[in-house]
Amino acid sequence: MTDGPQTATPPPDEHARHPSSAPLAIHDMTVAYHRRPVLWDIDYDAPPGKLTAIVGPNGSGKTTLIKAAVDLVPRASGDVRFFGSAYHKVRHRVGYVPQRGSVDWDFPVNALDVVAMGLYKQIGWFRPVTRRYRDQAMHYLERVGMADYAARQISQLSGGQQQRVFLARALSQQADVYLMDEPFVGVDAATERAIVVILQELREAGKSALVVHHDLQTVPEYFDHVLLLNMRMVATGPISDVFTPENLRATYGGKLALLDQVGHRMTLNQGRS
Amino acid sequence: MLAATDIFTASFTWLIDDWGKLDTWIVITGALAAMACAIPGSFLVLRRQSMMGDALTHTVLPGIVAAFLLSHYLKTTGWISTDPADPHKAFDATSYTFMFGGALLTGVLTAILTEWVSRRGGVENSAALGVVYTSMFAVGLLTIRLAADSVHIDPDCVLYGNLESVWGGSDQVPRAAWVSGGCLVFNIAMAGCFFKELRISTFDPALATTLGINATLIDYALMGVTAATAVAAFESVGNILVIAMLIVPAATAHLLTDRLWVMLLLAAIIAASTAAIGHVMALSLPPVLMAPFAEQPLLSGVPIDSLDASTSGMMAAAAGGLFVAALFLAPRHGVLVRIGHRFRLSIRISAEDLLGTLYRQDETSRDIPLQTGRRTFAQRYATWRLRRQRLILHSSGQLELTAAGRHAARKLIRAHRLWESYMARHFDVPADHLHETAHKVEHYLDPELRDQLAHELDTPDTDPHGREIPDD
Repeated sequence: MTDGPQTATPPPDEHARHPSSAPLAIHDMTVAYHRRPVLWDIDYDAPPGKLTAIVGPNGSGKTTLIKAAVDLVPRASGDVRFFGSAYHKVRHRVGYVPQRGSVDWDFPVNALDVVAMGLYKQIGWFRPVTRRYRDQAMHYLERVGMADYAARQISQLSGGQQQRVFLARALSQQADVYLMDEPFVGVDAATERAIVVILQELREAGKSALVVHHDLQTVPEYFDHVLLLNMRMVATGPISDVFTPENLRATYGGKLALLDQVGHRMTLNQGRS
Repeated sequence: MLAATDIFTASFTWLIDDWGKLDTWIVITGALAAMACAIPGSFLVLRRQSMMGDALTHTVLPGIVAAFLLSHYLKTTGWISTDPADPHKAFDATSYTFMFGGALLTGVLTAILTEWVSRRGGVENSAALGVVYTSMFAVGLLTIRLAADSVHIDPDCVLYGNLESVWGGSDQVPRAAWVSGGCLVFNIAMAGCFFKELRISTFDPALATTLGINATLIDYALMGVTAATAVAAFESVGNILVIAMLIVPAATAHLLTDRLWVMLLLAAIIAASTAAIGHVMALSLPPVLMAPFAEQPLLSGVPIDSLDASTSGMMAAAAGGLFVAALFLAPRHGVLVRIGHRFRLSIRISAEDLLGTLYRQDETSRDIPLQTGRRTFAQRYATWRLRRQRLILHSSGQLELTAAGRHAARKLIRAHRLWESYMARHFDVPADHLHETAHKVEHYLDPELRDQLAHELDTPDTDPHGREIPDD
C-alpha cells in the first residue's frame, strides 16, 4: 500500500500466486474515480463453490469492486481473472446482478422480457426471442416464484418482485459465478427467503456467488465466506475465522482518514501535471 | 403505387373539395418522413435523450454543408461525374449520398464530443450537449455564409422545409417521397434486426456490456441513424418539424402501451396520422379561423377562403394535439382513467359507509343521524345504487337494510372491528382514537386479510369497545 498504484499489467509469474480454479481472482487492483482512488491494492481470491458476502460501510467501494471486476469501471492498475482467464473471454460464465435502482422501471417491457434479456447472448445477433427462449425465461421466473407476474409491466411489481425478476434474469445466464449488488436491499421477507433459497441452490450446484450485503446480522446465517472492505481489503476468509468484532471494528470504525487524504493529494497533483 | 394514390386522392376529395394530387403527395411524403423519424425517436425518448434529437437536427448542418461542398468541389474538378442531363444542377443523387454520409458522421461526432465534454469538463450531459450543439450549428451557418457565393443553399429551406412544393406535377413519385421512404425502410430494417440489442442497451446498458453487447457502439450507431433520418426528413418537413416528429409521436405512444414493439408501431401510426390531420388542418383551418375578422380593414382584399397554413407547422400542432388526447385518454396512465378510478372508489366508500351506519342503527336500535348537511353527489349516487341493487329499502321516510344489505354490511363491520382490535393489541392508541383509522382502513380489507387478522387475534368475539364482531 505504501508504494501506491502499480503498473497496469503484472508480469505473468505474479499470477501464479492466484489459483486458476478461483472463480474470481483480483491481483493488486486499484480503482479511481476522477483520478481519486476509491479502492486500493485489492488482492483477492474468491473461494470456489461458496457464498461470499462483501461487507463494508457506505462508500467503502463494494459496488466499485464488482463493477471494476466486470470492466464496467476502468481499473487504474491491477488485473482481474475469472477461472484463470480474462473477463472478456469468459463472459458467459459470469453473471452480474446490478442494483435495482440502476434501471428505468417505466420502460415498456414485462417481467418475461426482462428475464429473456439474460438469454440474449445465447440467442445471438439478429435473431428474435423465439418461443423456445420465452419458455426458458418462463422456467426461471417459476424458479423465483414469479410465474404469475410474467406479463406484468415491470413498474407494476413491488420492490421485492423486481429484485426477483433481476435474479431470474441472472439465473437464465447459467453462469458459474454470480456477482450481485445488494440484492437484499428494500425487499420483503418472502423475497429475502426466496433469494436465500436460490443462493443455496446455486451453491449445491457447485456455483459461487459474491454478494454485496448490508445486514451484518444475517451474514453468518446466509454466507460461508466474507470479504470485509473499506477502500482496502480489511480481511477475508470463512465466517468463523474472519467475522470477528475486531475485524468489524477495523472495517467500520474510522473511515481510514489517511487513505482519503492521500487520495486527495494525488487528485490535486495529477490535476496539475 | 401511383394507382393507390389516385384512390387516396379520391377519398380525400370527398372530405375537402379542392383536394388534388399535390395534396396527396404532400400527405404521403410527410407521413413517410414522420414515420421514419418516429422509430429512432422512440429510442431517444426511452433513453431520456429527447434533447439529443433537438441537438442532432442542428449539429448535422455543418456535416451536410461540408459534404455538399466536397461533392461540389469533386464535381467541378471532374473527380466524379455530374448528371449528364443537367450538369449545373446543385442537388443530384451523388450530392445526396455525400450529405447522408456527412450527417451520419456528424451525428456520431456529436455523441462522442458530448460525452467527451461532459467527462473532461465535469459538467452534466445536457450542459455538454448545449455546448456542442450550439457551437456546431454556428459553424454550419458560418460555412453556409462563406460558401454562399459559390453554391446556392437556402438556410430557410433547411429550417422550415418545403413540403408544399414537393410535387412537380409530373406523373412520377416525387424525390422527397423516395428519400423519406427509403429512410423509413432502412430504419424499420434496423429496428427489426437489432430489436433485442436496442432494447437491452436502452433498458440496461451495464447488463448489455457484461453480455458482450457493446452498448456504447449501439448508442453511437443510434445517433448516426437519427442524424441521417433528420437529413432525409429535412427537405420535406424541415428542421423544426423533425424535432417534433422524433419526439412527440414516440412520447404519445409511450403513454398508450407497455410493450416496446407496440410502442414503435403506434409511434409510426401516430406519425402518419399527424401528416394527414396536419395537412387537412392546414387547408381547412385558416378560412374558418379568419372568417370572423373578414371585415377588419387589415384584411381587406385578402381572399379568406383560399388562405392556408404551413403543413409542417400544422403537423407539429396535430402531433401536440394527439399527445394531449393520449394524456387524457390513455388506458392506464391517462388522466380520465385516474379520475374515473377515484370516482368509483368514492362511490364504493360512500355506499359502504351508508351500509355500516344502517347496520349500527339496527344494532343499537336507535336512530343515528345519517348525514347532516348537504350530501355529496357520490353519496346520493351511492344511495340510489344501493336501492337499485335492493340492498336498502325506503320505507316510511326511513332507509332500512334488506337481508342482502345486512349481509354486505356485516363484512364491513367485521373489517372495521377486527382492525380496531388489531390496533388496540399492537399499538398504544386510546380507545376513542381507534374508530377514525378503522373507518378508513375498513374499505380496503378483503376476505383474505380479514381472516388473517382474525387468525392473528385468535378469532375474537368482540372489539375493544365490547361490541360484537360479526362473522363473514
